[in-house]
Amino acid sequence: MNSIKDRADLIAAAAKKMGKEVFSNGFVKDSTPRFELQKQAGKVVTLEEAIKKSGLKDGMTISFHHHFRGGDKVINMVVAKLAEMGFKNLHLASSSLIDVHEPLIEHIKNGVITKISTSGLRGALATEISHGLMDEPVVFRSHGSRGYAIKSGELHIDVAFLGASSCDPLGNAAGYSTSENAKSICGSLGYALPDAKYADHTIILTDDLVDYPNQHNAISEADVDYVVVVDSVGDSSKISSGAIRDTKNPRDILLAKQAAKVVMNSGYFENGFSLQTGSGGASLAVTKYLRQGMIDKGIKASFALGGITSHMVKLHQEGLIDRLIDVQSFDKVAAESLMNDPKHKGVSANEYAAMLEPGSATHYLDVVILSALEVDVNFNVNVLVGSDGIIRGAIGGHPDTAADSALSIIVCPLLRGRIPCVVDEVTTLITPGSTVDVVVTEFGVAVNPRRPELKARLEAAGIKIVEITELRDRAKSIIGNAAPLPFGDKVVGVVMARDGSVMDVIKNIAD
Amino acid sequence: MQRLRRTMMFVPGNNPGMMADAYIYGPDSIMLDLEDSVTMAEKDTARLLVHNALKTIDYGDTEMVVRINPLNTPYGKKDIEAVVKAGVHVIRMPKTETAEEVIEVEREIEKVEKEIGCLGRTQIMAAIESALGVVNAYAIATASKRMMGIALGAEDYSANLKTQRTPEGSELLLARETIVVAARAAGIDALDTVYSNLNDMETFRKEVETIKKLGFDGKSIINPRQIEVVNEVFAPKEKEIQKSLTILAAIKEAEKKGSGVIAVNGKMVDRPVVIRAQRTIDLAIASGILTKEDIQ
Repeated sequence: MNSIKDRADLIAAAAKKMGKEVFSNGFVKDSTPRFELQKQAGKVVTLEEAIKKSGLKDGMTISFHHHFRGGDKVINMVVAKLAEMGFKNLHLASSSLIDVHEPLIEHIKNGVITKISTSGLRGALATEISHGLMDEPVVFRSHGSRGYAIKSGELHIDVAFLGASSCDPLGNAAGYSTSENAKSICGSLGYALPDAKYADHTIILTDDLVDYPNQHNAISEADVDYVVVVDSVGDSSKISSGAIRDTKNPRDILLAKQAAKVVMNSGYFENGFSLQTGSGGASLAVTKYLRQGMIDKGIKASFALGGITSHMVKLHQEGLIDRLIDVQSFDKVAAESLMNDPKHKGVSANEYAAMLEPGSATHYLDVVILSALEVDVNFNVNVLVGSDGIIRGAIGGHPDTAADSALSIIVCPLLRGRIPCVVDEVTTLITPGSTVDVVVTEFGVAVNPRRPELKARLEAAGIKIVEITELRDRAKSIIGNAAPLPFGDKVVGVVMARDGSVMDVIKNIAD
Repeated sequence: MQRLRRTMMFVPGNNPGMMADAYIYGPDSIMLDLEDSVTMAEKDTARLLVHNALKTIDYGDTEMVVRINPLNTPYGKKDIEAVVKAGVHVIRMPKTETAEEVIEVEREIEKVEKEIGCLGRTQIMAAIESALGVVNAYAIATASKRMMGIALGAEDYSANLKTQRTPEGSELLLARETIVVAARAAGIDALDTVYSNLNDMETFRKEVETIKKLGFDGKSIINPRQIEVVNEVFAPKEKEIQKSLTILAAIKEAEKKGSGVIAVNGKMVDRPVVIRAQRTIDLAIASGILTKEDIQ
């Protein structure tokens, strides 16, 4: 005989050996209709309840993403609630902060926020911090570094507050919604994924609570503790504001055309190449001019990476780019493409650009086109601090893509009004010159002396190559020597390098 | 190689950013404006800015033109003094109607040139913007040995005719033909008027095609985006280039042998044909189709 009763001793022995209890059949089946049950899952609570239940305490680290960019409503809403609840000394770790986050100034003054980690700062908040608003310096990391720092525990997140355009009651969340009640769309949630995965507690804020299961989910219910329904997580019409501009400026067009010419004659413009463009007007416009070159020469790209724009989506839909790898959707068209197109893949910051993740897509990137606030004669680039010493930008994926790509091209005008962009030494070091290959300006193209073969190819194609010192001299001849900036002695920002070392500091600027 | 004047780009003389940038788009000539784009209140600052731009900014090989205020205003003489001292290549006279006006400007230029010791350096071009100016076109074109070109200013001209500008430009036909003929008779260049609707590149292109057929050397433009279109229209076609290269090679060969008249493909080649061939090759080089090495 071999019934379960006969095996009872053996079961008990096995359980004992494994240190487990013997199954007692104490399960009680719930006959509630499942549609009702999913709403009672217990994860759906108010913001205040979620904060209380998360166990957040003074001095802990809270995190956010900036996928709604200028339209973001989550950061201001959550920090206002935390202030109301009396929290102090919080460390705010956002993937970036921009103009719209100006209300944080008051929360810093009131001691609610005493430390910030971010990729960038813009607007009044950035100006105040540059003038020494905070005692603790802001820690700046690239997108790839932030993802890796969260994974490694260097940037430990206690509670992540992540906005999502759709979420079901169990926490399956996405940056878009396929329901008819969809209120917002931001596309990829790439920068929020490390937070969701590694934070001790993850709270999703959504303006569209959809039926379980949310069919597309960037964030899994397994990583989510609470779901908070709010009126609005973000204004989608503003996701393409801020850094993202579609240019009619003739100088940007000239720069874009020249950069496209550099790409097409670089030796990397072959079938199956991969590309990325940054967020400046000129570097975005390059896509338009590359498109014609791809059509003319019958060249197709294997993938486009990064912040995905409507220009990239167009090339993909025309069959010129096979796949799109999207850590951040730069406009609504890109966000909708991510929702609808199976060959448009969303990735996390770690899958995108972490130096120590072998699978990061940047390792397999051929060409990246980036903008700059300043480039110096050693090809070092600054994208964070303006020539007036005020923080006004974001590191983004700049140092990640420059270092990992086979060819990094910086596109910047020689002069912005009275401000020279090619200088003796950058105000703040963000992307080391050793990782920058070409600088394209309206007065000529400079090639890093490390790349003589590249220089030869571009010269052979009739591109005007100049020494980077000639560009600096030309800027000086028009503008003269700028007076030194009135920096104070307080460190207001620390710039982390990709490998986790400290690369530079930003000093406060005097009034 | 004769200087090409396919594009003369207007840049307001009160906008330092645009003055610093203008060169990068590669217009054949840059015209810094002290006249219509500068308000009364800014005449003096603009003059100072233009003077300093000419002195400090490296414009490379670009021809530098300044449009001055007429001499019958309080600004004209000061404009001439400031820009001649700064080394301008060409002074552009607005609303020119008679040869006497040219002579008067020449006299002012000479005064300044004598003072700084560079007599004869500055050229003059005249914009013709009225019926009287068109009637006097040849006299204006030949009023001074400094004259390098005449141009049509269509807005004032069509107002003066009591008509309006049309997309096809029939109201300008006589003026355009007269200006080209007068310029050719005087051995100087003819430049067409501006086209100001930047959102209609198609009509702009048609207009450029028309004026090229009429014989103009180029067009005044108001935005860098127009340069590409003009250069495309003026770029010689492959067949033309090949023919011109053959003609120039044959004439070189004939010169070596001491023979004056030659035939290419059974057709006699005389002076006008050679001149046209040379201009085609100049244009091909300027358009980046040929390099100087190609024709060695």
